[in-house]
Amino acid sequence: MSSDTLADTHADTHGDHGGAGHGTIRDYLIGFVLSVILTAIPFWLVMERPLADGPTGILVMGFAVIQILVHMVYFLHMNGRSEGGWTMIALIFTLIVVAITMTGSLWVMYHLNANMMPMPMPADARVMP
Amino acid sequence: MTMDTTVQHAPAGFYDLDEHDHPEGGSTMLGFWIYLMSDCLIFAILFACYAVLGGNFAAGPSPRDLFELPLAALNTAMLLFSSITYGFAMLAMQGGRSGATRAWLVVTALFGLAFLSIELYEFTHLIHIGATPQRSAFLSAFFTLVGTHGLHVTFGLVWIVTMIVQVGQRGLIPANQRRLMCLSLFWHFLDVIWIGVFTFVYLMGMLR
Repeated sequence: MSSDTLADTHADTHGDHGGAGHGTIRDYLIGFVLSVILTAIPFWLVMERPLADGPTGILVMGFAVIQILVHMVYFLHMNGRSEGGWTMIALIFTLIVVAITMTGSLWVMYHLNANMMPMPMPADARVMP
Repeated sequence: MTMDTTVQHAPAGFYDLDEHDHPEGGSTMLGFWIYLMSDCLIFAILFACYAVLGGNFAAGPSPRDLFELPLAALNTAMLLFSSITYGFAMLAMQGGRSGATRAWLVVTALFGLAFLSIELYEFTHLIHIGATPQRSAFLSAFFTLVGTHGLHVTFGLVWIVTMIVQVGQRGLIPANQRRLMCLSLFWHFLDVIWIGVFTFVYLMGMLR
C-alpha cells in the first residue's frame, strides 16, 4: 500500500497496529480485469471444448487457483504485513486444514468405493451368485 | 501485546500501567478474519462432501443434464460486478464521501440481489423438474454447498442494507468504517468461494 494516499483521511480505527490493507482504484481495476479474463477463459474452454476432457479439467482448476490468488491480493488486500502477519498465519493454517480435509476425504472415500463396489452394473449383479 | 504482564520475577503489584492506546475495535479486523477462516473450513467440508458424493447420481440426472453454463456465467458476472462496485464503495469511504459510499452500496446490493434471484430461479427450476435434494447424493451435496453460499450472500445483503441505513444516519464514523471494512472482507470472501463453486461444481460437472 505504498501508493495509498487516499487513506490519509481515513480515521484511525486501527492505529499503527498494521491493520487490514486498503486498496487503491488501480488495485481494484487490475483485480477486476484479471478476474474477468480468468473467468472467461475456463467458461470458454468448457463451453466450446477446444481441448480434450483431461487437459480442460486441469486448465480450469489452474485458472481457478490463479483467480483465487488474484482476489486475495487485489480485493482482500492480503499481504504478510497486515495485522502484524497474523492474517497470513491464520490463512496458512486454514489452507493446511483445508488441504488435509480435501485430500483425506477423497483418498479415503475413493478407496472405500473401490473396495465396496466390485459389481459395476445392476444387470451383472443379478446373474452373480 | 496485552499478555506481556507475566508474573514471573515481577514484583508484586506490577501491571502494564503504561499500556499504549488500543482504539476501540482495534482487534476487530483480525477477529473477523479468523471468523472468515472458520467459514472457509465450513465450505471446505461442503466441497469435500460434494467431491465425494458428486458422482453418486442414483440413476438420476447428472450435472450435464441439469446445469446451464450460460446461467452460471451470468451469476458469476453478477457477483464479480458486485465485488468491484463494493471496491468503489470502499474507495468512496476512504475519501470520506458518504453519499458516494451509500450509492455504491446500493449498486452492490442490486448485483447481489440479481445473483440471488438467478440462483433461486435455478433452484426452483431444478426442483420443478424433479431434481430435488432428495433425488440423489449428488443433488443433496449440490443443494447444501450452493445453498450455503446463497445463504451467506443473503446475510451479506442484509448487512449491506443495514450499512446503507447506518451510514445514512450516522455518517462515516470510525465504527461504521470498521463495519464497512469487515463487510468488504465478507463480500469479497464470498466471491472467492464462488470461484470454487463455479469451477468445481459447474465447469468440472460438465466434464464428469
